[in-house]
Amino acid sequence: MSLTLIFGLYVFFLAAFTGYQVISKVPHLLHTPLMAFTNAISGISLVGSLLAAGGHYGTLSTALGAVAVLAASINVIGGFLITDRMLRMFKKKGGAR
Amino acid sequence: MTAAQPQVAQAVVGALSTAETFVQLLYLAASILFILGLKDLGDAQTARRGVLLAEIGMVAAVAGTLLFGVDKGIIVRWEWIVVALLIGTGVGTAMGLWIPMTKMPERIALSHAFGGLAVALVGVVEYLNHGGPQMGTLHITATGLEVALGALTFTGSLMAFGKLQGFITGRPVTYPLQNLSNLAMIVGTLGLIGLLVHSPGASWAFYAVATLGVLLGVLLVLPIGGADMPVVICLLNSYAGLAASATGFALDNNVLIICGALDGFSGFLLGMMMSKAMNRSFSNVLFGAFGAAPEAKAVTEGAAPSGPAPNVGSVEEAAEVLRAARSVIVVPGYGMAVSQAQHAVRDLANVLQANGCDVRYAIHPVAGRMPGHMNVLLAEANVPYDHLFDLDVINDDFTATDVALVVGANDVVNPAARSNQSSPIYGMPILSADMAKTCVVLKRSLNAGFAGIENELFVRSNTMMVLGDAKKTLMQFTSALKE
Repeated sequence: MSLTLIFGLYVFFLAAFTGYQVISKVPHLLHTPLMAFTNAISGISLVGSLLAAGGHYGTLSTALGAVAVLAASINVIGGFLITDRMLRMFKKKGGAR
Repeated sequence: MTAAQPQVAQAVVGALSTAETFVQLLYLAASILFILGLKDLGDAQTARRGVLLAEIGMVAAVAGTLLFGVDKGIIVRWEWIVVALLIGTGVGTAMGLWIPMTKMPERIALSHAFGGLAVALVGVVEYLNHGGPQMGTLHITATGLEVALGALTFTGSLMAFGKLQGFITGRPVTYPLQNLSNLAMIVGTLGLIGLLVHSPGASWAFYAVATLGVLLGVLLVLPIGGADMPVVICLLNSYAGLAASATGFALDNNVLIICGALDGFSGFLLGMMMSKAMNRSFSNVLFGAFGAAPEAKAVTEGAAPSGPAPNVGSVEEAAEVLRAARSVIVVPGYGMAVSQAQHAVRDLANVLQANGCDVRYAIHPVAGRMPGHMNVLLAEANVPYDHLFDLDVINDDFTATDVALVVGANDVVNPAARSNQSSPIYGMPILSADMAKTCVVLKRSLNAGFAGIENELFVRSNTMMVLGDAKKTLMQFTSALKE
């Protein structure tokens, strides 16, 4: 096993446990915004897509990378916008309209 | 200028490592911001700040990547990045601003498809560029898993979207040896990845992995019925996250591993919660094809439930019951979403409250087509969230309530879950609407619900059915009460 893998597994499991702790405290009320939110965060694959689309490899790679950038950026932008739009609607009694 | 060149080169070498450090610190900051953002989402009061934190994190990660790419000479072409980002921003903005709240499950399914697609394509590019013998064990394993999971998420989410939209039947589709063939395909995919580790240059094996992923996405979602949609959406969320994490391993990028793990675990956790709320095991949902048998029965028997006839009341009769009520608990279901009746519910509640009636809302965890769907719909109609109550909080209050107003909900109020051991939903926690003094059920027809199970609540003596479009009926209630 390479050191990179071991290190990666550390990161993965620590993030998973942290995520478990944090996410299990999100109330039922906010589960739909949570899904939209994690969806936006998973748009982080934009990071990989950018490197694929901007590379000097070949036309095919660039084209596939560009589609990946397109798909990931839709998730990032759309995900954050819609999460915020939902959260703006959640109001307590007597809260401002 | 020529004389200064060595110095410049040295400066660049120095700047290189500084830039790399800077990029890694940006990734670290992004990861911390994402986790803090998720933590803020634990409370409706702080949730919007959480989104802001995550947005800052995303900008940091993207800026860091561009910096890294330029610095390392990896990113050399900008035109496609710019074009794709512009279109993506346009489409994302349109989707973010204009998709109606009732279509939220469809949107989430679609965005899981985008996520899967992006990851799978990045994997293919990775193989195209680094393919052949020079890929190490970790690299090729991670890339293989990434492509398989990404492709599976892509087509699986499109299937879920199709089922939600009604393009594909919401009924479970089963055929002989289904589980066995799916299992064989999963084993085959893993076997091919094993082969790739042995000989990374076998490109046929790589593309076979991608193809199997595409097929598995279709075949794994095909047998899952509409009633299990909340769990399916959570599962796809989880797959999308795991695929992103695999990308992180392939690209040796921690922020991807972390985000993937967060996404993967949130999907897994929500899926478990949904399964628990339906009193079903996770594996049962995956392989059980929920509701297949009773659905067939309900369809062949036709509309009306057998046995005693339901007590169908007029709008006026029901309005009289509501006028006399001192306390009402509203039980919203997917039927409310379908007829866009959340605003009509809110208007009726306003009139009832003006009459001095106490109005609360009981939310079943699996009401709707995704976790928390009803909360969002009611929030859209300006129902304060502190009027919404979870099942375990409000369930004992039904006995002391004058009217339970069931708006397009079916299985979540079916007493068969308590009493009928042969029912497919036996053991599932339900809202005790039948315990209220009177139960008014708004329903389009007397047909069985989405899961295809007959509901004995409809024939109880204290139940009054009001047939028709929920929105119209509610508006008629409101105008009757205003008179």
